[in-house]
Amino acid sequence: MKLEMKDTPGQLVAALKPISDVGGNIIAVIHQREEKTDGDVLAVQIVLELQEQRLGELLSLIKGQGVNVVRIGKERLLYKQTVIMIGHIMHTDLGDTVDRIDCTGYAEVTELTMVMPAISEPSSARLVIRAVNKEDMEQALGILRGVAKEKNLLIIEPLEEIG
Amino acid sequence: MKIAILGMGAVGRGILEMVDGKDLGLTVTGLADSKSALMDKDGIHIEEVLSAKQERGYCGDKSLSATDIVERADYDLLIEVTPTDAKTGEPATGFIKKAIGRGKHVVTSNKGPIALHYAELQSQARKHRVAVRYEATVGGAIPVMHTLQHGLAGNRVIAIFGILNGTCNFILTRMAAEGLTYDQALLEAREMGYAEADPTYDVKGIDAAIKLVILSNTIWKRNVKLNDVEITGIDMLTTDALRLAEEQHCTIRLIAEAVPERGILRVAPRVLPKNHPLVVNGSLNAITIETDMAGEITLIGKGAGSRETASAIIGDVLFIRDAHARGH
Repeated sequence: MKLEMKDTPGQLVAALKPISDVGGNIIAVIHQREEKTDGDVLAVQIVLELQEQRLGELLSLIKGQGVNVVRIGKERLLYKQTVIMIGHIMHTDLGDTVDRIDCTGYAEVTELTMVMPAISEPSSARLVIRAVNKEDMEQALGILRGVAKEKNLLIIEPLEEIG
Repeated sequence: MKIAILGMGAVGRGILEMVDGKDLGLTVTGLADSKSALMDKDGIHIEEVLSAKQERGYCGDKSLSATDIVERADYDLLIEVTPTDAKTGEPATGFIKKAIGRGKHVVTSNKGPIALHYAELQSQARKHRVAVRYEATVGGAIPVMHTLQHGLAGNRVIAIFGILNGTCNFILTRMAAEGLTYDQALLEAREMGYAEADPTYDVKGIDAAIKLVILSNTIWKRNVKLNDVEITGIDMLTTDALRLAEEQHCTIRLIAEAVPERGILRVAPRVLPKNHPLVVNGSLNAITIETDMAGEITLIGKGAGSRETASAIIGDVLFIRDAHARGH
């Protein structure tokens, strides 16, 4: 989000404090002095992770500090992992496999690359899954594990998050 | 120190050659293969025995057996390097128990007894005030047990991740590098002598799982069994799968993973970035230990081979001599 605040000591701290109060995680603070609008107003960009339902609370806390929120850009599914799948992927209802993740609301299959050799041979696919956070990703992978078992597919999970 | 050796396969021969060629202060007083045995309290002439074994296929007196060596030979430490029977652990477990019962130290490369009877063997060894060490059972030449028990003493181990089967790692490396199919890579592994005629134990992930059991019981003493490990092998993997991983600068490796806090004990192929410290090539092994004080430690080395396994065995033998047997 992009904030505007008075260029006086203590203002930046005042703007950042509410973020930790609502359980947010600050990833970057970008201080853009060259973008000064008026003489005494400072523009600051903050990249942070926050549970979506707490955003309203954060905004009112920040405003309470006399800081103006200019813009909020949201990327909801920040957490990304790659999973490889082997088996009769198409004929075990690929649409349903993807749906089981998508319908959770907290995770989505955002990319799918599939290689299909001869008809009787197993196919291989790469799925990119995005989720709100690490816990949700674990949940999504758990669902996928269940689906794979049910459809007799082999899933190869990532060892740890791959950026 | 007087040692008796059971087993004259590649590992047993490797140990004999090293004991003969290096000035280690070890005297071999008993020796057995599957067909014969010999003992000499003043020391067996190693070169003669090795050439006899090569010429006629057995090492000593056919009227003697491994049991005679264990029960009657004059030794301080038994080196047990007979083939692994993962289901029963025999006859190795019987030999080890008898040696402990006689108050002798034991060093083994045999996964069966350690994976199946770890707690029992350790308690028996404590009772008789002797040591049982088994560095060579996991990770070949990598000193993982010494690292865990001594180098990382006082640390709490949170998790372990490892590439514990060189055959699988060789196959996956070749599939990724040359675009070979699984069957082609397996055939190549056989020709190179990395895979057994029956590769089931390796490619189905069972060998890696047995090693994971040994590591887990060494670290956490929870007496886990092979049945507790969730196992997926590499035999269903396609070349396409490796290529799909490659396109994202990743690859696939068979990873053994234990994270007790999260209830994880499994062996499965996993996607990981190619620059991950565990991604080693060919038949190498690698083990990452995650601890509270030291953070992450990764050990990489040769997972098999006659001299490499001899290194692990001899390391254990000399450790016992220096720690327990001084002044005897």
